[in-house]
Amino acid sequence: MAILRFAIFRLLTMLATLLVVSVMIFVIINLPPGDFLSNQINELRATGQSSGVAKAEFLRKEYALDRALWEQYMIWAGFMPGPHGFAGMLQGEFGWSFEFDRPVADIVGGALWLTVLVNLAAVLFVYAVALPLGVIAAARSKTWIDYTSAFVGYLGLATPNFLLALILFYYGNRYLNLPIGGLMAPEFEGQPMSFEKMKSVLIHLIIPTFVIGTSGAAAMMQRLRANLLDELSKPYVETARAKGMSESRMLVKYPLRVAFNPFVADIGTLLPAMVSGSVLVSVVLGLQTIGPVLLTSLKSQDQFLSAFVLMFVALLTLIGTLISDLLLALLDPRIRFGGRGA
Amino acid sequence: MTQLPDGRYIDDAPYERDIGAEARHADLDVPNWVLVWRRFKRHKLGLVSGLFLLISYLLLPVAGTIAPYTANERHADHLYAPPQGIHLFHDGKFIGPYVFPITSEVDLEDYSWKYVADLDSPAKLSFFCEGSYYKLAGLFKTNRHLFCAPEGATVFLFGADRLGRDVFSRILYGAQLSLTVGLVGITVSFVIGIVLGSIAGYFGGFLDWVINRVIEILRSLPELPLWLALSAAVPSHWGPVSVFFIISIILGILDWPGLARAVRSKFLSLREEEFVRAAEMMGAKPARVIRRHLLPNFLSHLIASATLSIPAMILGETALSFLGLGLRAPAVSWGVMLNDAQNLASIEIYPWTAIPMLPIVIVVLAFNFFGDGLRDSLDPYET
Repeated sequence: MAILRFAIFRLLTMLATLLVVSVMIFVIINLPPGDFLSNQINELRATGQSSGVAKAEFLRKEYALDRALWEQYMIWAGFMPGPHGFAGMLQGEFGWSFEFDRPVADIVGGALWLTVLVNLAAVLFVYAVALPLGVIAAARSKTWIDYTSAFVGYLGLATPNFLLALILFYYGNRYLNLPIGGLMAPEFEGQPMSFEKMKSVLIHLIIPTFVIGTSGAAAMMQRLRANLLDELSKPYVETARAKGMSESRMLVKYPLRVAFNPFVADIGTLLPAMVSGSVLVSVVLGLQTIGPVLLTSLKSQDQFLSAFVLMFVALLTLIGTLISDLLLALLDPRIRFGGRGA
Repeated sequence: MTQLPDGRYIDDAPYERDIGAEARHADLDVPNWVLVWRRFKRHKLGLVSGLFLLISYLLLPVAGTIAPYTANERHADHLYAPPQGIHLFHDGKFIGPYVFPITSEVDLEDYSWKYVADLDSPAKLSFFCEGSYYKLAGLFKTNRHLFCAPEGATVFLFGADRLGRDVFSRILYGAQLSLTVGLVGITVSFVIGIVLGSIAGYFGGFLDWVINRVIEILRSLPELPLWLALSAAVPSHWGPVSVFFIISIILGILDWPGLARAVRSKFLSLREEEFVRAAEMMGAKPARVIRRHLLPNFLSHLIASATLSIPAMILGETALSFLGLGLRAPAVSWGVMLNDAQNLASIEIYPWTAIPMLPIVIVVLAFNFFGDGLRDSLDPYET
């Protein structure tokens, strides 16, 4: 029961955080002077096309952009009814993209799933790489394995993601015949899910996953190594060895379990970094995630679109953190339920 | 041996000072920074990185002198010229550093520029020669360059980009912005982090709660999308200098939560110490207790961890400029330069346009090693 209470408590915290984040995002989006429509109206007036002006004015009214800022926020978030039935995000209406002249939900629809997919793949990659490498680096510390993995790790941390993406793309295509650009072969776009399409997506995922995951994996690996090394110098390890346990069995049975907690807890810091990375890498590699959408909408001040993407990105990280918190609570009996300080 | 009236015994031999004692303990009596330095010296990688960074930053003001060309000087005849090597021996004879002049030809097959080196007429480089005008350290107008090519020849150590600008010179000019962006950013984050962290840790209560929530929220959000959103808000008509400052402030604004948390937890444990109580009893105001008694305790640690977050800012600036939302064209930074190398085609045909990634990787690595070494050596009494 306690875990249920804890889960509910964490969920409520998450919702409160989301509320604060929505205010923050709204403010940031409205920082630049003017908005998409007033820019458009000015432009249309300057070129003397009065027919377009009427439409833009209509849209401004329709989406309450002519009201005070706080009213705009309340309407956008869905706390207040908007004019002519424009409900807010709480009601599941995300607004209109002025640049593409389509509802926001239409534009980002498929991209959302691909974004989740890319990030999920990257997280799995990080764990799959960091766990064995970290353990080996600790168990064989101060050998060439340790030094090589440390060196590669440092290099991974120091190379800007987007450059790594470009370079791997180039060589991957040249020597391994990996596809360039996109998340699936063009003929599958808009097609229903099938086995062939899955295969295409998986092949296209290889490089992005690698690029997004490398720096996270490097950091994770080093932390696991440090934690394990701390544990390895403790007396109980000596005892286990003295009993004649095989090195690998001993390692997995005792120190690894203790060193494992931070590994799960770290997802809280890992996930924001991954989502950041995936946005950047998507732009460079032209993946159909929300990364490129965010960039174009920010540049053209398409406010509903960019606000929605930012909200989604924030939600994604918050949910990830929530899951890791719950996992940690299940894994580690020492964590008390019911908030901090207990 | 004499007995004193109170019953104790005293040796009659004159008091002899232990001559070696001071020398033997001199080690532990030296000021803290000497101990730190001794430990840091043992960390070879950190030492080399630190020296490298020191030299790099010292050279920043004279970047214009080292560069043979200025940042935006165009050579219309040498678009995408490949890197030129500097040679010393010609026909088996030593004639000093020289380059081969190159001339351009259009390849009519694929319409790319091909360059042919004139191998018969080596052009000797001249030193402390006169070239285009630039401002030394942003103050003195001068046209002296460390080295330049003679009339009729060019010296592109790392090749030229799509407008025929020298990549080597641009890397040097770019360093001026790319390297300082991290410093300005870290200053911003340092100030915010220390002020908020110490308020939260020292006063506790409601303020602590509020600051803690803010920290948690900021830490749980992905940085890059927020950086993008904030820098999209920078008006496009601002000059390069104000854009530079606002970008570094943006980079710093999202970085402080980590520092603030470290400061806060230190304060929570130090606040209960007796020397703090004593200071308070003597009537010191909170600001004085924080500045004089608490902060000096762990300032060095903060500096070390700040060093470790400079690379993130350098990479952040590069990413923003690369995406076209950071520093803009007349300004030169490594990110702006890489913006040109965005597509695969240009990397394939003109690989040298991607050279600015090398200084980024090297500097980021150096900061990491330097920070690691600094952190390890700050506890001189710990083994």
